[in-house]
Amino acid sequence: MSDLTRPTRPIHRNINIGQIVAYRLPAAGILSILHRISGAVMFLLLPFVLFLLDKSLTSEISFGTFKSVTSNWFAKLVILALGWAYLHHFCAGIRHLFMDVHIGLEKESSRQSALAVFAVSLVLWVAFALKIFGAF
Amino acid sequence: MASPERIGPKRLVVGAHYGMGDWMSQRFTAIVMAVYTVILMAAFFGGRNFSYDGWAGLFSHAWMKVATLVVFAALAYHAWVGVRDIWMDYVKPTGIRLLLQVGTIIWLFACVAYGVIILWRV
Repeated sequence: MSDLTRPTRPIHRNINIGQIVAYRLPAAGILSILHRISGAVMFLLLPFVLFLLDKSLTSEISFGTFKSVTSNWFAKLVILALGWAYLHHFCAGIRHLFMDVHIGLEKESSRQSALAVFAVSLVLWVAFALKIFGAF
Repeated sequence: MASPERIGPKRLVVGAHYGMGDWMSQRFTAIVMAVYTVILMAAFFGGRNFSYDGWAGLFSHAWMKVATLVVFAALAYHAWVGVRDIWMDYVKPTGIRLLLQVGTIIWLFACVAYGVIILWRV
């Protein structure tokens, strides 16, 4: 392709929030930013996870506290969000490890693996949600 | 080369090249946690009648305590590298970045300490 036929694309330097919102990320880009966001969410909620582990393990009485805390709708919502963050981070991380050893770096295969990560992590998440709501 | 990143003619004090060890550690800690995740997921999806005895029984074994502690350590290091990346990408003023980085270390260290207390109480 010659320079004459190449379309002029916008160049962003010091990108601002308006541009970020307007910019259409490819699937792999959405996966990547969600990888970061899910990691940050888990980092911030780590004490809550440890609190749940503490209550679930310490004694029969604290196990009862664990059960009542996790039956609260808001706590369930937070646990669902954490479950999504974990499963997304886990699946996207495995994809990342493959890319680190130069597997699937091409544009098309990286798009397909990104879509595969969304598919697998969301299926696992639905299974997780069904499990914590006692479906099986 | 008298650029502000350099002390003297050679030594580079900032920049991506200092991160190779951390980059590698983040990958290895990820593998450790992924293996543990698969085991825990199998227990979670396969288990029925989630009870205190079964759950606490799993964590009463010494090998499970050790494995979990290894995962806590891996998680702390992994999160440190990841969160530091976030600060380095978005927070440019050195003072604020340093404060956030120190805060991150304290946060993670406190979490690991809490984790140790939990594990050794079972």
